[in-house]
Amino acid sequence: MDFDKTNDKDMQISIGPQHPALKEPTSFSLALRGEKIEAIQVKIGYNHRGIEKGCESRTYIQDMYLLERICGICSHAHSTAYVQAVETIAGLQVPRRALYLRVLIGELERIHSHLLWLGVAGHEIGFDTLLMYTWRDREAIMDLLAELTGNRVNYGINTIGGVRRDLTKEEGERIVKIIDHLAEQTKYYIQLAQEEVTLIQRLSGVGKLPREDALRLGAVGPTARASSITFDVRKDDPYAAYGELDFKAVSADQADVYGRTIVRLGELMEAYSLIKQVVKNLPDGPIAVRAPRKIPAGEALSRYEAPRGEDVHYVKSNGTENPERVKVRAPTLANTQAIAKMLEDRYLADLPIVVAAIDPCFSCTDRAIEVEGRGLMSWEKLRRYSIDWYRAQGVDFRNVKRVI
Amino acid sequence: MLSALFNILIFPGLFFLSFLGTTAEYIDRKLYARFQNRVGPPWFQPVADLIKLFAKSEVIPEEADPVMFRVVPLVALAATVTAFLYIPIWGTEALYYFKGDLIVIIYLLTLPTFTFFLGGWYSRSLYATIGAIRSVTQLFAYEIPLLLAVLAPALLANTWSLSEMTEYYTVHPWYWLFNLVGFGVALIALLGKLERVPFDSPEAETEIVAGSFTEYSGRFLGWFRWAIDVEAVVGASLLAAVFLPFGLSLWPPLVFGLYLLKILFILCLLTLARTVMARLRIDQMIDFCWRILAPVAFFQLIFDLIIKELIL
Repeated sequence: MDFDKTNDKDMQISIGPQHPALKEPTSFSLALRGEKIEAIQVKIGYNHRGIEKGCESRTYIQDMYLLERICGICSHAHSTAYVQAVETIAGLQVPRRALYLRVLIGELERIHSHLLWLGVAGHEIGFDTLLMYTWRDREAIMDLLAELTGNRVNYGINTIGGVRRDLTKEEGERIVKIIDHLAEQTKYYIQLAQEEVTLIQRLSGVGKLPREDALRLGAVGPTARASSITFDVRKDDPYAAYGELDFKAVSADQADVYGRTIVRLGELMEAYSLIKQVVKNLPDGPIAVRAPRKIPAGEALSRYEAPRGEDVHYVKSNGTENPERVKVRAPTLANTQAIAKMLEDRYLADLPIVVAAIDPCFSCTDRAIEVEGRGLMSWEKLRRYSIDWYRAQGVDFRNVKRVI
Repeated sequence: MLSALFNILIFPGLFFLSFLGTTAEYIDRKLYARFQNRVGPPWFQPVADLIKLFAKSEVIPEEADPVMFRVVPLVALAATVTAFLYIPIWGTEALYYFKGDLIVIIYLLTLPTFTFFLGGWYSRSLYATIGAIRSVTQLFAYEIPLLLAVLAPALLANTWSLSEMTEYYTVHPWYWLFNLVGFGVALIALLGKLERVPFDSPEAETEIVAGSFTEYSGRFLGWFRWAIDVEAVVGASLLAAVFLPFGLSLWPPLVFGLYLLKILFILCLLTLARTVMARLRIDQMIDFCWRILAPVAFFQLIFDLIIKELIL
């Protein structure tokens, strides 16, 4: 039902922009009849950071660090998607060893993201023990990432033309040891998901998204794969070293939150096997090639299977040191559309887990903002508007030294 | 007069009960944390939390009913403390008792849930209203199984007085074993009464913030927290007196120690339940209570009737 058509009998309640269930600001307006959701309106747009515009005034290498900060969890996804696009335009041949190392970091990132998700899902249905367990296990991966790249998040391991840090043999052995431990833990979580009654009751049949609706609404990643759409960029349009590695795109046919849990747990097991393969088959050779400062004119689109789904970066260059345009489509934007459909005829109690089940990252999503009632504005006009607005608040930027 | 005041305010009344309540909360939190591989709070944390709440200023929403908003937390505390006076703890005899006190105890233990409802309802906040409605909906689900489960042992003992009941089970030492099914039912119903996982949807944080308590702060939230701590102990004591009435004719200090062990056992079971389960939706909770819990409680009742008529 349309949100505007609800009547006085319904209780109108808003979840967000600030609410304990939400880790980032976003807003859900609900019309409730008793506990049942009659209509829902999803509103995003609280996190616009002007990153795309910011890219245009920075060099290619600076942009990589900026884009890595789109997301605190799938940072490697964004930086890899971007460097892949730039490397395509520049026609760089990235060494195989670098491609393998990108897969390694990418899969470690997928593991920590999925473990994080499992914990958040547990918390949303009041199962805090699962949260504590998974986040404890996740620490091992975070520490490992810090050891390999220098950072727990925003690893900064990519560079245009390759990666910045090599992997030693000892580090490889350590990775395998930690992965083996996590595989044991994950088997326990899989058993838990199959046996714990209250968990199954809260997840099974909740947030139904039939295959046709998933296709129509453009769902991606685990959300789509749980609706028996076996699409995985790593498989269907291989990048980095995925073409040479053996793995399968995990899918499920439950089309509900339980299916999404099963898919993510399955992907964890696949990620463990991928990492072992990478460590075992790591080719010798250099880890990067030299990239030019100025990228020749051209354009490229790059796809990356982030933990949350397909991440798309588009880069257009004009032969200078700065890109002319960078466009980012984070996976959450594709999945947000499906939330209203998933919550049809469901209860208020299902909202947190259904929203959490797409593994939303609303801060990564916002690429546009509307200044209310002012329609489309040109860059100059918008700049003028913001300067005037701040001046009216008593903030004057005229005397501030320009840094970049 | 003075001794009555002492009984009501110090022992076994408010002060002693608050001490037990905060200790119970500490054990619950520490155990919960250890189950979850965390360190958990230090022993004084529950008391420190209460002191902090009482030191803070309270905000009362403009739309809330100012009198009801202030009064209901105190009613919750008063009701639970009163109920405790009728429960025997160091022998077969409670401090005060009369024929039919069992019903009064159950009534007094229903009051806190009603105060949660009234507090939430008179807060006039959307989240609090939903939490209030869920509280009272849940009450209808667990109250009947709890009542049936508690009545079964009373039926066997042929009395409505808790003190006479414990007397009966002391004379017939092993008869309490007939009521173990009812004990399970009452334990699950107690989870609902205390609004703990898996039955904590009235205050489900990720859905409705803090449910009935969303608008409460400072002193008034402190009263509620205090009442909930006390309610846990009183509920566990009731279950201990009704379902575990053994060893009551021993030396009184020993009986008292045994009583502490019994409620510790019950509280640990409650903590275990909230560690290993997820929160049920309110409709699933009602479904479970009416389809499974109530029939099982009925079974216990009929079982006791058959035993009483045919065997004893």
